[in-house]
Amino acid sequence: MASDTTVPSASEMKPAGAQALREARSDAGGPPVKRYTLRDTLIDAVGAALLTGVLGFFFLALRTEIAPGGLDITTRWVLWFTAVAIVFVGRLLLNLFVFRTERPITRRLRRSSGGKVAVRPGWVSRAIAIALFAIAAFLPFLIMAIFPGQQRQLIDLSILILTYVMLGWGLNIVVGLAGLLDLGYVAFYAVGAYSFALLSTHFEFIGFWTALPLAGMLAAFWGLALGFPVLRLRGDYLAIVTLAFGEIIRVVLLNWYEVTGGPNGISGVPKPTFFGYEFTRGEDGASALLGLEYSTIHRFIYLYYIIFLLALLTNFVTMRLRKLPVGRAWEALREDEIACRSLGINTTNTKLTAFSIGAMFGGFAGSFFATRQGFISPESFTFLESAIILAIVVLGGLGSQIGVVVASVVMIGGIELLRNVGFLGNLLPGFDPVQYRMLIFGLAMVAIMVWKPRGLVTTRTPSAVLKEQKKIGADMVSQGEGH
Amino acid sequence: MAQPLLSVSGVETYYGKIVALRGVDVEVNPGEIVTLIGANGAGKSTLMMTICGSPQARTGRILYDGTDITRMPTHEIMRLGIAQSPEGRRIFPRMTVLENLQMGAQLVAPEHFDSDLKRIYELFPRLKERASQRGGTLSGGEQQMLAIARALMGRPKLLLLDEPSLGLAPLIVKQIFEVIRELNKSEGLTVFLVEQNAFHALKLAHRAYVMVNGRITMSGTGAELLKRPEVRAAYLEGGAH
Repeated sequence: MASDTTVPSASEMKPAGAQALREARSDAGGPPVKRYTLRDTLIDAVGAALLTGVLGFFFLALRTEIAPGGLDITTRWVLWFTAVAIVFVGRLLLNLFVFRTERPITRRLRRSSGGKVAVRPGWVSRAIAIALFAIAAFLPFLIMAIFPGQQRQLIDLSILILTYVMLGWGLNIVVGLAGLLDLGYVAFYAVGAYSFALLSTHFEFIGFWTALPLAGMLAAFWGLALGFPVLRLRGDYLAIVTLAFGEIIRVVLLNWYEVTGGPNGISGVPKPTFFGYEFTRGEDGASALLGLEYSTIHRFIYLYYIIFLLALLTNFVTMRLRKLPVGRAWEALREDEIACRSLGINTTNTKLTAFSIGAMFGGFAGSFFATRQGFISPESFTFLESAIILAIVVLGGLGSQIGVVVASVVMIGGIELLRNVGFLGNLLPGFDPVQYRMLIFGLAMVAIMVWKPRGLVTTRTPSAVLKEQKKIGADMVSQGEGH
Repeated sequence: MAQPLLSVSGVETYYGKIVALRGVDVEVNPGEIVTLIGANGAGKSTLMMTICGSPQARTGRILYDGTDITRMPTHEIMRLGIAQSPEGRRIFPRMTVLENLQMGAQLVAPEHFDSDLKRIYELFPRLKERASQRGGTLSGGEQQMLAIARALMGRPKLLLLDEPSLGLAPLIVKQIFEVIRELNKSEGLTVFLVEQNAFHALKLAHRAYVMVNGRITMSGTGAELLKRPEVRAAYLEGGAH
């Protein structure tokens, strides 16, 4: 091949090929593409509605009830009519956009989201990134301006989401980059939380800021302690051992009554201070120091910025590490462990660094959790937490930093949002959607995995480039390869 | 002759209770291309992996450049100047070609990187064209080139190649063997090549060993072995192309 021929990038080749294939098929007189008119579509929808009407007549419209002297028939025309209308409109929309159109919207959706990466000018994506970052940076003030009535709950929810973003980023180092399936990540979260709680309740002089690095170090130490014996295991076996480790930590916390308080937990964990000043009412509070009138919301805003900075730190460190040899070794390890060893990489040390750095960020997040709640107990560190954090990483797209953010907002925000959908119950009597919150949520997760099997953000930006940065769609490599 | 660069003496390797190598002696001198041919399951790849320390030899000794590497962990062996292009290529499929090459240069001082990369791109112009493409999207031949290139980025004194012709078109095999010959001639790179493609391997190699059932049964120069009727009967009939 002559070196000056331009090689079309792989992402361009595929759709073009598919296009050509489609054209070839229509030329060869394959199944003829039928053109649908609006009339056909309407008739089809009316047909479906009629069918619903007939089928549903005895089930929906009529209802027999035991009445004195026999059965009594009540009619429920509204319900029957609603069902017919839903089928009619649904069928019509499906016909218009999916079934009876030459360009189904599902295909367009797939094209715009998965597979081929939309070619967007660099400045547009940069502008979007800056805008999103600015929103995140001023979120508490935006919330106060837009939803003054709910500011406390909303800022609290943002703090919660950011905590999970940070945990997701921490776990992303272990699972996403190094490819080590860790089902017990919550153990390090717990170690961080209890380290801070115990240190601060036993020693007067230790506050949030002094305990934070100590909690991170202790969590990293436990990461090493767990890592040494188990990291020779791989895949499923590693997952089981980490799962067990997470449970061991929780059970120890539950039963070591003298130290951890057992199921009663530890209360009175100090709040974070602002350069030594607490957010309290009065002359010596941080609000007074800043020249503001005291309000309870100040403490929430302060907490928001603490977790915002901690999460940014996690992201920054991860992004830098990815460009260093150790970070690239993590990614190589995920792809092929044997090849790594053949290149002279000490795989044990590489895994241990991933494990302990991931654990360290879990520890940071844990001590933040303790200071935010003011009270911790083993109940907060169950396997469900590990599962949620892992789900965030997997749904976001393994190894993708922005994916973790999207998934955290969707998952944590979604669970909270579903608490507020009681109004839907008015549509269908006897159905309370709030009761089915977790079911709906699970279905949504399944839907995401069907729609985007490799997570919401599947592109991987190479950490080394020659001239221009080019993202590569994940579908170019078959799923599960390199594990 | 000078001290051999690699000397394997009396090596026995087991997979559990199953014996894979039954006392193997192989020597590779500096600047040589030595090939090891044999049928499927003869133990060729096991010998290659035993040299790399995974699995480790139960008895016998492996000396590299005067150092006993028999009991060393793999990553330390690879740091002594041995590079391996493993069987089945084992490139990193989701990393770009350039990142794959960087992985190969992990242990080399960074100031060599640019000049080494340039040299690799001269040897394999195809890799330059594909530098920002994912490893997994390359064709089989390109992946094999990448695997060899990645090994070369580590500036090895001894290059171990495990079946570089596996599953490749004859033309690509020819190209790859040409590059190996070129590297050996121009830079004096020592190559130890494990191959099923006996005809090409014997033509390329200075010396060769034949392995049957975990034992070395024959050795000699490549040209000698090519003429031996038993070699022809076992490995070459119908296979020459």
